[in-house]
Amino acid sequence: MEAGGKRISLELGSGGKLMRDFIARHIVPAFRNPLLEDLGDASHLPLGIAFTTDSYVVDPIFFPGGDIGTLAVNGTVNDLVVSGAIPQYISLALILEEGLPWPDLERILKSIKRAATKADVQVACGDTKVVRRGQADKLYINTSGVGLTIAKPRAALIRPGDRIILTGTLGEHSLAVMLAREEFGMEARVRSDCAPLSYLLPIWEMGALWMRDVTRGGLATILSELAEKIPHALLIDEEKIPLSPAVRGASELLGIDPLYLACEGRAVIVAPRKKADSVLKKIRQSPLGKRAADIGQVDDRTGRPGELLLSTMTGGLRLLEPLTSELLPRIC
Amino acid sequence: MCLAIPAQVTEIDADGRGKIDYLGTKVKVDFSLLENIRPGDWVIVHAGFAITRLDEEEARETLSLLREIAEAQGE
Amino acid sequence: MKELRDGSITRALLGQIKGKTSRLGRPVRIMEVCGTHTMTIHRYGLKVPLEEAGVDMVSGPGCPVCITPNEVHEACLDLVTQKENFILASFGDMTRVPTRKGSLQTAVPARSSLLKIVYSPEEALALARAHADKEVVFFGAGFETTIPAIAVTVKRAAAERVGNFSTLTALWLIPPALRAILLAGETSISGFLYPGHVSAIIGLEPYRFIAEEFGVPGAVAGFEPNDILLGISSVLDQIMEERPDVRLEYGRVVNPSGNPVARAVMEEMLEPRDALWRGLGRIPRSGLVLKDSYRAYDARTRYGLHVSEGSGDLPGCRCGEVLRGLISPPQCPLFGKACGPDSPFGPCMVSFEGACFIHHKYKIKQRMG
Repeated sequence: MEAGGKRISLELGSGGKLMRDFIARHIVPAFRNPLLEDLGDASHLPLGIAFTTDSYVVDPIFFPGGDIGTLAVNGTVNDLVVSGAIPQYISLALILEEGLPWPDLERILKSIKRAATKADVQVACGDTKVVRRGQADKLYINTSGVGLTIAKPRAALIRPGDRIILTGTLGEHSLAVMLAREEFGMEARVRSDCAPLSYLLPIWEMGALWMRDVTRGGLATILSELAEKIPHALLIDEEKIPLSPAVRGASELLGIDPLYLACEGRAVIVAPRKKADSVLKKIRQSPLGKRAADIGQVDDRTGRPGELLLSTMTGGLRLLEPLTSELLPRIC
Repeated sequence: MCLAIPAQVTEIDADGRGKIDYLGTKVKVDFSLLENIRPGDWVIVHAGFAITRLDEEEARETLSLLREIAEAQGE
Repeated sequence: MKELRDGSITRALLGQIKGKTSRLGRPVRIMEVCGTHTMTIHRYGLKVPLEEAGVDMVSGPGCPVCITPNEVHEACLDLVTQKENFILASFGDMTRVPTRKGSLQTAVPARSSLLKIVYSPEEALALARAHADKEVVFFGAGFETTIPAIAVTVKRAAAERVGNFSTLTALWLIPPALRAILLAGETSISGFLYPGHVSAIIGLEPYRFIAEEFGVPGAVAGFEPNDILLGISSVLDQIMEERPDVRLEYGRVVNPSGNPVARAVMEEMLEPRDALWRGLGRIPRSGLVLKDSYRAYDARTRYGLHVSEGSGDLPGCRCGEVLRGLISPPQCPLFGKACGPDSPFGPCMVSFEGACFIHHKYKIKQRMG
């Protein structure tokens, strides 16, 4: 790995363990402060608001179910929701490559407007830059978002017996992007799951302890990171994890594990044992949460603290580790 | 890499190329290694090529054998 | 066909296996040849239950990434980093192998050149047709399952006279490798689990010498968890009956005479040659190369590549012993320490089918309850 001081390699941006280590060891120390200690999806500022930022470099920029504009809004909205804040305003910075067709940009701007309306946020400020042909790939977007803090994730309160809930099927965003790249000569009726998670806000006051959106690295990476953070083991059941037939089929065809595929409209939640049923019921009331499922629990009997375990459909047990580097580049 | 999956043929042209359907995903596949393939046939696909057919009778026998073993062992 | 993964059937099969090993009264060591078998065993958490049932599974050399020498990867690296207007097309996991010059994945291609990951050799040929101004080389590594696909593609390239396409091949044959392992006699293998899809091409006859000359039983098995257990159970039957044979437990896919069309195209395009396998050494007539009449499509000839056959392995790497079934991954002193998926020392940790990668990824846990 070239983080030792030579040159940046692609793997460092890949969203897996390598990237996290790189950020923790080489970027954060440059301006260490208490707000960054957690490296959560958003930071809660001592002003009653949460603040987040994200950049979007997805390739291709249009794919079934969305485009880079939809992603740019929902990705940032979702970081706020899973951090316990009601999204309010976003900034919009565009870096455009010389030669980008006007109609493409218009289409993306319309998507941004639609997504912002749906997520009930306003674009409050922005910036536009144009760079020479070849110095950006069509366009890159950065959005920062602010929201009203209504809760704070409390991973420290997670206890054995607490339940793990997944809000829907895995991997549709990754697969839609992969297929839109016309790779592998495959066609499937898959649309990106890109959507706002704002419908989950009420479950914070119903007692939810922790939430993350299931983006790069997939469910296995997100939950492995949680397991490492808390002093407990997590156990999930392979048969309970919702998967669409298209993702199931395409993953087997490609030899990819859906547990590591990114989504852009799914969250994984830890709820206290006694509240889990009502939380799940609430999630299922939303059309986006119809396939939500209780997929497992915090379980110290089966594993050691810090471990994420999967019970397989044949009754075996396997340890799931975080993705080292993303299976496919530029998925968001 | 022995990774290969069973899939159903959906189309095949005169050149021996076509598509298969696997759980709703359609993939371009080359059928040159097999003979007399027709849409609806089940084949095993590896690296974009169909390498052999799936014998449905044998499949049924295997599944039935597995069920018998489970019964014999009291599962 | 959910019975193939059904947990209650898995338990029943394990129970049956345990009954057989108890009657035998001694531990049984079975080599699963194919990396995909190793992967399935670990992915479904079968390794420990099998040990508890008296069967010790040891991984064999059926991982093309693992046994292809570093020099071949380095030749690919040289091509894509030094030649302009060049496309190197490769299967995914080949690109992660660490060599003295780094891996294909992290290499910086020359100007207007690129590395493209493909899942079929046909895609590489399509790239050549689509980019007439570029030279395309397909890095084709594999066993008998993949070899016919590569052969058909080269045949097609020749028929269409696609002048900008060639392939850098690393083609390996399973039966000679098994003979070499048995001749070396280093590890006491009671039986073999033969690779299901290689067998779909070559049939059962090529394994017969293992039963007849060496008296070692074997079964051709499929790749679902319960397929594997059926195969293991069949090997145990042969041991108990003292009748070593080559039994087919994957009849829905494998025809006892294999795929004659596939073999015919292999014979038409390729010829056998002695080959140097990483970890196993030189094995007679264990590799295939393009025949003279097709050498124009052989990248080695086209680019005058002299791929030396030294070891090129990083010092301390013990992949060779893992590939021969002498040590299990955790027995390698580097496993989980200096050598892991983030920083692989050798191919067994790089390949998705490498024994060490699989062992690491699907870390073994005891059964629940």
